[in-house]
Amino acid sequence: MTTTVQTPAGSAETMVLNMGPQHPSTHGVLRVVLELDGETVVKARPEIGYLHTGIEKSCEALTYSQAITLTDRIDYLAPLSNNLGYCLAVEKLLDLQPPQRAQYIRVLLTELTRIGSHLVWLGTHAMDLGAMSVMLYCFREREEILKIFEMVSGQRMMTSYFRIGGLAAEPPPGWLDRVQRFVEVFPSRLQEYEQLLTANSIWRLRTVGIGVLDARDAVALGVSGPTLRAAGVAYDVRKFFPYSSYEEFDFDVPTRTESDCYARYLVRLAEMRESLKIVRQAMDKIPPAGPIQAEAPGIVPPQRERMKTEMEALIYHFKIFTEGFAPPPGEVYQRIESPRGEQGWFVASNGSANPCRVRVRAPSFVHLQALPKLAEGSLVADLIACIGTIDIVLGEVDR
Amino acid sequence: MEERRAGLVPPGRAPGPQFVNEPAPPLIERLRAWDSAAVSEVIEFRGELTLVVPREQLRRVCGFLRGQPGLEFDFLSDVSVMDRFPLEPRFELNYQLLSISTRQSLRLRVRLHGSDPLVDTVTTVWPAAEWHEREAFDLFGVRFAGHPDLRRILMPENWEGHPLRKDYPVEGFR
Repeated sequence: MTTTVQTPAGSAETMVLNMGPQHPSTHGVLRVVLELDGETVVKARPEIGYLHTGIEKSCEALTYSQAITLTDRIDYLAPLSNNLGYCLAVEKLLDLQPPQRAQYIRVLLTELTRIGSHLVWLGTHAMDLGAMSVMLYCFREREEILKIFEMVSGQRMMTSYFRIGGLAAEPPPGWLDRVQRFVEVFPSRLQEYEQLLTANSIWRLRTVGIGVLDARDAVALGVSGPTLRAAGVAYDVRKFFPYSSYEEFDFDVPTRTESDCYARYLVRLAEMRESLKIVRQAMDKIPPAGPIQAEAPGIVPPQRERMKTEMEALIYHFKIFTEGFAPPPGEVYQRIESPRGEQGWFVASNGSANPCRVRVRAPSFVHLQALPKLAEGSLVADLIACIGTIDIVLGEVDR
Repeated sequence: MEERRAGLVPPGRAPGPQFVNEPAPPLIERLRAWDSAAVSEVIEFRGELTLVVPREQLRRVCGFLRGQPGLEFDFLSDVSVMDRFPLEPRFELNYQLLSISTRQSLRLRVRLHGSDPLVDTVTTVWPAAEWHEREAFDLFGVRFAGHPDLRRILMPENWEGHPLRKDYPVEGFR
């Protein structure tokens, strides 16, 4: 984070302008220092750090289970994806496999998270570009998803529902009916958005050919997720390095080759359809009953019922919540496909009950680095489209 | 199918996770055949391969891994630092690499002493490293020789100390 703005030497022709950190269309506290020639962006320099809360440092002072609550707050539009990435990393450290039923429920909920996150993206991106009504519709559907999260975890956003070794609690009866209702309604709603935007000439003027980032540059800059797939590179972690039983699901990886804002819009819309496909399959796969937590005494807290009746379970409960558990020393890197792209969790253990290091490879952080490449040479108004289209969450950028 | 349409998978090879979490011995052999001093240690943990590279060799090794046909580690996922204070060498830099065409994943590790935490930048190999290295400098005080713009990135520019070091208290210095 740099606070001083230096006027570049020999800048008689250009003007330095601060965009943000409060500008409403910067999706949080992002600041971009622009060098303008008239209305053309000569240079754009993102300045970040306004939301830095030291989550990685705080994790080192907590036990492995306590740190889950902090992971919710990293990418606050996709808390369940963060939970999943962290839990998978720690499970890899422990060499622990959650039961199949828990894995399917995890897949279902993370795909709903993806839809919810893409809906926020679509709504805010469209609002940035002047299509206010889309936002209202998108938030209506997202509300339904949040209600499902509230039903299973008791929280709309900061869910902390995935735990090391499985899930926090058995989902309440009737939750799948609620998912079913959403799955039935959503395709027609998605069609509504497409009718509003896809052929809309204003929308096309604002996005077609804007913010082009070709495949070569995108890979070199580490861009992943829908932004990379809109440039024609079909890198999807769910296909490359399947986790949590994704290999059992049948879905496509939508790609485009135009690599502009419009292509990224089309890819994300197609992705919502694919996610819906996965949700449907997961609903069929989830067994009506079965364990949701791995058999790992000393790591997974015992069920309350057992804790109250068995001495051994009570001892484990006490130990887990007072001193935690210590995975063997070592380091793992777990990738997941978050709604924004490759989210990586580097978790290191030194044999104690607190993680030695928790590092998040945040896709938003990497994508923001590519912003100058997208925006330089375009108009200020197009910069807004570019910021929207790389789908950043500042909580994840600054952590 | 999608991969093939994008021209990323060579024809004749079915797309699919083929090298997932599998160590690739030919990779180490190729590296050693190219330069016997390139890899000083090979670590395998939970199916993940880590190659410890001497500090002086890092940029050469990275260039080799990125450029060689059949290796093509063209995607730098992450650069992370770990502080092993009070042990020495205290800093461990982990470079998480990915090859999109061969679907291999690999981690390079460089160990640095606390008295001289300096290593060559890899921004010339992967431009993606620029912000990761700035973050490593900001939070750990690791310096990168040849970096185009080594400034603090998350902390204010007048901040003192490097907060993610183990000898930096969680509450900050009082």
